[in-house]
Amino acid sequence: MMRLELVKRPQRSALFSALSPFIAFALTIIAGAILFALLGVNPLTAFRIYFIEPISQVWQLHELAIKAAPLILIAVGLSVCYKANIWNIGAEGQFIFGAIFGSAIPVLFPQFEGPLVLPLMLLLGMVGGAAYAAIPAFLKTRFNTNEILTSLMLVYVAQLFLDWLVRGPWRDPQGHGFPQTIQFGDSAVLPELMPDAGRANWGFVFALVAAVLIWILMGRMLKGFEVRVLGSSPRAGRFAGFGLSRMVFFAFLLSGALAGLAGISEVSGAIGQLQPVISPGYGFTAIIVAFLGRLNPLGIIAAGLVLALTYLGGEAVQSALGISDKVARVFQGMLLFFVLGCDTLIHYRIRLIGLALTKQEGAAKLDAAPKLKEAR
Amino acid sequence: MDITVNILLTIATAATPLLIAAIGELVVERSGVLNLGVEGMMIMGAVGGFGAGYLTGSPWVGLLAAIAMGALFSLLFAVMTLSLATNQVATGLSLTLLGLGLSGMIGTGFVGQPGVRLPNLDIPGLSSIPVVGKLLFGQDPVFYISIVLTAAVMWFLFKTRTGLTLRSIGDSHASAHALGIKVIRYRYLSVIFGGACAGLAGGHLSLVYTPQWVENMTAGRGWIALALVVFASWRPWRVLAGAYIFGAVWIGQLHAQAFGIPVPSQMLSSLPYLATVVVLVLISRNKRLTMMNTPASLGQPFVPDR
Repeated sequence: MMRLELVKRPQRSALFSALSPFIAFALTIIAGAILFALLGVNPLTAFRIYFIEPISQVWQLHELAIKAAPLILIAVGLSVCYKANIWNIGAEGQFIFGAIFGSAIPVLFPQFEGPLVLPLMLLLGMVGGAAYAAIPAFLKTRFNTNEILTSLMLVYVAQLFLDWLVRGPWRDPQGHGFPQTIQFGDSAVLPELMPDAGRANWGFVFALVAAVLIWILMGRMLKGFEVRVLGSSPRAGRFAGFGLSRMVFFAFLLSGALAGLAGISEVSGAIGQLQPVISPGYGFTAIIVAFLGRLNPLGIIAAGLVLALTYLGGEAVQSALGISDKVARVFQGMLLFFVLGCDTLIHYRIRLIGLALTKQEGAAKLDAAPKLKEAR
Repeated sequence: MDITVNILLTIATAATPLLIAAIGELVVERSGVLNLGVEGMMIMGAVGGFGAGYLTGSPWVGLLAAIAMGALFSLLFAVMTLSLATNQVATGLSLTLLGLGLSGMIGTGFVGQPGVRLPNLDIPGLSSIPVVGKLLFGQDPVFYISIVLTAAVMWFLFKTRTGLTLRSIGDSHASAHALGIKVIRYRYLSVIFGGACAGLAGGHLSLVYTPQWVENMTAGRGWIALALVVFASWRPWRVLAGAYIFGAVWIGQLHAQAFGIPVPSQMLSSLPYLATVVVLVLISRNKRLTMMNTPASLGQPFVPDR
């Protein structure tokens, strides 16, 4: 019988720190091949349809950018939270509230047009996301309530609230009873970057800018240092005079604002109106993006593109092979599992040992014991 | 009178999955492990239970399959967090995400298919006693399992030596390890027990509560079960009370919707989730009480130093 044993490395391994996302991706591919084989599909065919065909034309790259934008925006915010050891897992709800707040302008004041509309919408979106994230932050700092559970519960509430809005007060009166708001006017639609080539909009630029800004914040500024210290050692942080409560608010408001920006960008860019469902789980997938990117904003850009591809690939295998597009969620889940597992290699060496010591080992141990005593 | 009995019966049916999942998670957390994957294990139990029941035609096989599915799925979490010492919060989350995806994929062919329902226990004579007969002797088998399970866990944790050992591991794994207790082995068994319970809870949903397969049919119940454990300050009988309070909220909002109360149905539907938040706030407000009851090494990875 074999047993796993972890041996702590003297210092974290830089090699595995860089390699772990790639090993994880390779393991996911292997597991995916087994999965496709079980489903009775040739894995090579499946992989071609899943990973290569969805990005073989320029317009498809634009679709990739559309999917990647919200993932990156949300994930860079979450990375700050997770670095600080604060567990915001309700980004999906903050995304929805950002979308609702920002949409208030085109839905309630459709006559209001001009260059001011979009900036105001984006700003309101960030306010909405941040405000919704402030609830778990307040409950945690004021009442010591677990932020994991509260932020998650608020996701369900946000989804139901959006559902009520688009079926009730905000429903398009000329929409033949469909649960949706009016189409946003021209000045409320996020412009496309290169309308001749594809649909990608400014949301992707926001994502890249946000990632770079957070990268500077985390690597070059005192606030980033504060985040890291409080995350790895709250006690040391307290001695340094960093306030934990302030940090909870900072992390939640920042990640909420970015999730809100992602929400309003998605609605005003890719969708063009509010519907009962506006996200295929971006807020949850972004958690995977954050970890796959090793909580590093630049790594998150790459990870966001990879996870965006899993969405496109899921749609592709569904239409080409008749496999449920849930396969995308399975790929995403497996990826996160493997990433977390591989991260162990950064801090530990893994040894496989037999339960019973071999004769030699046993003898060596006996030999060593008295010597140790003498040494003392 | 009949209406009251019926409402009480539906409350029990709504409370049972919450109770079972929460009792399982309570044991896991008492051993010092935080498994946030309850929702994922539950949905895997639901799809496994429905699938096995649908394919074999036997709800009992379905129930066993649900338990096995939950336990097997939790093993994944156990290997990651216990053998590889990964972050428990992140691993639990990924278990939930993977479970939701995998169950959706497995269940594609089950959508809209008629399921099998576990028959209610019906002891002739006893169950026809007015009022109490139906409540005590005419419910589904899982209801009785949930009650026995709660009592058994209560007895195990607080009246047996093994239970005491388990609690000591949850409070200080380093000390327990120094005493020669097999920390990792205890935790493996706890996590698998928790998985089996979550699977059973999921099986109850797809074999008793609504005998069909609907994607995401757990609807956050796994998360509410997690909140129940905190609410109960890690005491089994308080989990029982909490589960029935939440069952009542769940059924109450459904009845309110059916009666056509002039409040949007979505607001009523969000009541259980809002209630969870409120309850968590009320219970965690008292910082000292929470600190006293929380297993001290909850959520911290443990690597034996040999």
